[in-house]
Amino acid sequence: MLDISPAEWTAVLLSLRVGLVATLVATPIGIATGWLLARHQFWGKSALDAAIHLPLVLPPVVTGYLLLLTFGRKGLIGGWLADHLGIVFSFRWTGAALACGIMSFPLLVRPIRLSIEAVDRRLEQAASTLGAAPWKVFLTVTLPLALPGVLAGMVLGFAKAIGEFGATITFVSNIPGETQTISAAIYTLTQTPDGDAAALRLVAVSVVISMIALIASEWFARRATQRLHGT
Amino acid sequence: MLRVDVLKRLGDFTVEVKFTAAGRVTGLFGSSGAGKTSLVNMIAGLMKPDRGVIAIGDDVLDDTAAGIHVAPHRRRIGYVFQDARLFPHLSVAQNLHYGRRMNGVADDPARTRRVVDLLDISKLLARRTGQLSGGERQRVALGRALLMQPRLLLLDEPLGSLDGARKAEILPYLIRLRDEAGVPMVYVTHDPNELRRLEAEVVVLRRGRVAALGAAESVLADVTPQLVD
Repeated sequence: MLDISPAEWTAVLLSLRVGLVATLVATPIGIATGWLLARHQFWGKSALDAAIHLPLVLPPVVTGYLLLLTFGRKGLIGGWLADHLGIVFSFRWTGAALACGIMSFPLLVRPIRLSIEAVDRRLEQAASTLGAAPWKVFLTVTLPLALPGVLAGMVLGFAKAIGEFGATITFVSNIPGETQTISAAIYTLTQTPDGDAAALRLVAVSVVISMIALIASEWFARRATQRLHGT
Repeated sequence: MLRVDVLKRLGDFTVEVKFTAAGRVTGLFGSSGAGKTSLVNMIAGLMKPDRGVIAIGDDVLDDTAAGIHVAPHRRRIGYVFQDARLFPHLSVAQNLHYGRRMNGVADDPARTRRVVDLLDISKLLARRTGQLSGGERQRVALGRALLMQPRLLLLDEPLGSLDGARKAEILPYLIRLRDEAGVPMVYVTHDPNELRRLEAEVVVLRRGRVAALGAAESVLADVTPQLVD
């Protein structure tokens, strides 16, 4: 098919790894956040909601720079993590995953929140009268019924994470093999003489990945919906 | 024995009810808006009384003066809702076993078989809930509540969403339930005939208060559905 060079493969695999890790780590946090926003009234709820959506409206460069300030080697959180736990984000692929996770978080949370809001609370009541403690009600009724939204959120979040550019390049730079994702690689290639062919190959790969993600999400959503209607 | 003595304000409507029930079937009878469902929700623990006591035997479930409110999932009170509320993502068999699993009770195939036979639902076990008729849904909901081994069964207009023929189909199961399951029932309805058929001890509710108490035959003697509604 396409004659993809090892260097290009590296960027593709790194993107997939960054996207997957970002999505898998962000999903449980996204479910907890979606549940909190859907089912609870608390002081500062609007502020939390706004903070989650901030990466969607802020210029990505700003988010990346803020990440550098907080999670960088000398940052408040980044310094502590590096000194005490040996976890370093700056100029590492883990930092790219962090940036992608934060940038994609609003897209991940929204469908989860909406689908939890849509779960019939009368079913949750029925479960509690049948002896299910609140956390069991959540795991056996709320979450399974909200599954289409969770999957939709994961796919959206993954797609966003794969394509993230501005925050990632600002936070962790553009290091081949470490932080150079597909987007960053394409950008570099467009700045390089004779880079067009390689750039086009990577464009084709990212189109294929996005298409597969979309088709997969459609398929999951259809199956989940069938399950939910009990047929 | 179920002991209820509660007060609950809901907007400008007040439920203030006191009764004790010792029979196999206690009927809560009244028109819609009489406070029947609120009362049953309080017994189930889904709604907290503003003031009062709910107890089964010596086991106090609510006592506002003592600050006691037992959570619904710790009450072991089966609740059959008018709209069945089967879990759509589970099969009929999984619905039936849900309460047993949540309570950590080991599967007792003989017991399951008895309940399945009593309600005549053995052919439905592998189905999805979306493929059931209204009457079948109610029978499965009854089985689900029974299999959690409740000490009390609340039935909130279990026939309310069914037409005449379906009602006639379910009533015999309820009578068998009364005679064979050995679980006291609180049966909510606005149809006096159902309570007569079940030979219930009746609490008549009117605008949130007890209007009459006694055996179905005597209390409901001169009540017709038209007058109540």
